[in-house]
Amino acid sequence: MQIDLTINQKSYSLELDSRVTLLDAIREHVGLTGSKKGCDHGQCGACTVLVNGRRINACLSLAAMHDGDEITTVEGLSDGELSPLQAAFIKEDGFQCGYCTPGQLCSATGMLQEISEGWPSHVSDSLDGPYELSEAELSERMSGNLCRCSCYPGINAAIRSVGEKA
Amino acid sequence: MYDFELARPTTLAEALEMLAEEGSDPLSGGQTLIPSLRARLAMPERLVSLMHIDELKGIEQRGDALHVKGGTTHAQLVHGAYDIFPGLASLAGRIGDPAVRTRGTIGGSVANNDPAACYPAAALATGATIHTSQREVAADDFFLGLFETALEEGEIVTGVTFPIPQASAYEKFIQPASHFALAAVFVARFDTRVGVAVTGASEDGAFRWKEAEAALTEDFSVAALEGLSLPEQGLIADVHGGADYRARMAGVMLRRAVAALA
Repeated sequence: MQIDLTINQKSYSLELDSRVTLLDAIREHVGLTGSKKGCDHGQCGACTVLVNGRRINACLSLAAMHDGDEITTVEGLSDGELSPLQAAFIKEDGFQCGYCTPGQLCSATGMLQEISEGWPSHVSDSLDGPYELSEAELSERMSGNLCRCSCYPGINAAIRSVGEKA
Repeated sequence: MYDFELARPTTLAEALEMLAEEGSDPLSGGQTLIPSLRARLAMPERLVSLMHIDELKGIEQRGDALHVKGGTTHAQLVHGAYDIFPGLASLAGRIGDPAVRTRGTIGGSVANNDPAACYPAAALATGATIHTSQREVAADDFFLGLFETALEEGEIVTGVTFPIPQASAYEKFIQPASHFALAAVFVARFDTRVGVAVTGASEDGAFRWKEAEAALTEDFSVAALEGLSLPEQGLIADVHGGADYRARMAGVMLRRAVAALA
């Protein structure tokens, strides 16, 4: 079936089988292999992308459900230069093997946006903010993204260094 | 995945017409159905996506109740309900993880009736009404067992109306990898009654804990629960915990919820 997607501000008109997931469409059909396939059933978060600015698991969506949507993958986070979050992941050792990193970066980008819009989390002290980027807040808000190298201290430090400036 | 056709209607009427045809199944946020398709546990000939139907999305207060349309995502419910029914917003804000909450919908969750789903506990404890494309069904008559509901072929959940309690709390003991409840308890305190429902623990899905309701209606305190425990019979026993463990944890969750509200 015909599916029109905007990925990283570029339009793609794809002819895909209805079974193709958004993740497979991005990786196999568009050729953007930054988004990773980890568990392929929504538990690890390696495939996290932004759809209309909100984070989702690309493996748990069919491409055809996103006709007309605007998608941002890790490739779209930088504009020639690394985004502040990407630079912070390098500075703070936010990864070891790197496989979960594209998902962590997209998820953290979406999360900082949620905070800027005033979304509380389950562990927030108040519903009205401001939200301190404590370990508890970051663990809760990033709970969908696993890192089997367990680089959480570096990931949290990187997110905090960018979030606190924002 | 087996091959299927995918239809993307934009009105409820159009969707229902498609669903009336043999071999058609609804697809909402897909957070359960898509992994099931991938595992070849489902084999629909055609999926009818409900995600582009605006009339199925939204939250509104109706008198003393909160009405949530079936296509509303968990994230939308969190942000639309925390001023009106904070206990329900808190429940929605702990389903899965943030990416799952962007896509998963209340209608999908209620229709699927996973034995560890969160919404059925809130629906049963508050005495909610499930609105379908054909009728209105009391929560007590809707959830019929493991992945079983009163829904007929081609019938979909179009909304849920929750009576808003004076106060409510949802205590959830999670299995950390999936964030599903191993045992969770929703307590809803109204003027003249208290509703208590348990999810995650029973082989038959969420259920009302009527002994706890009676004790708390009489005296809303942790002390009133002295000696009360859940029978182990019919509780889930799996690699994450035995029936005795779930029974014990349901008791702990109940007491924590009451302590938070008393």
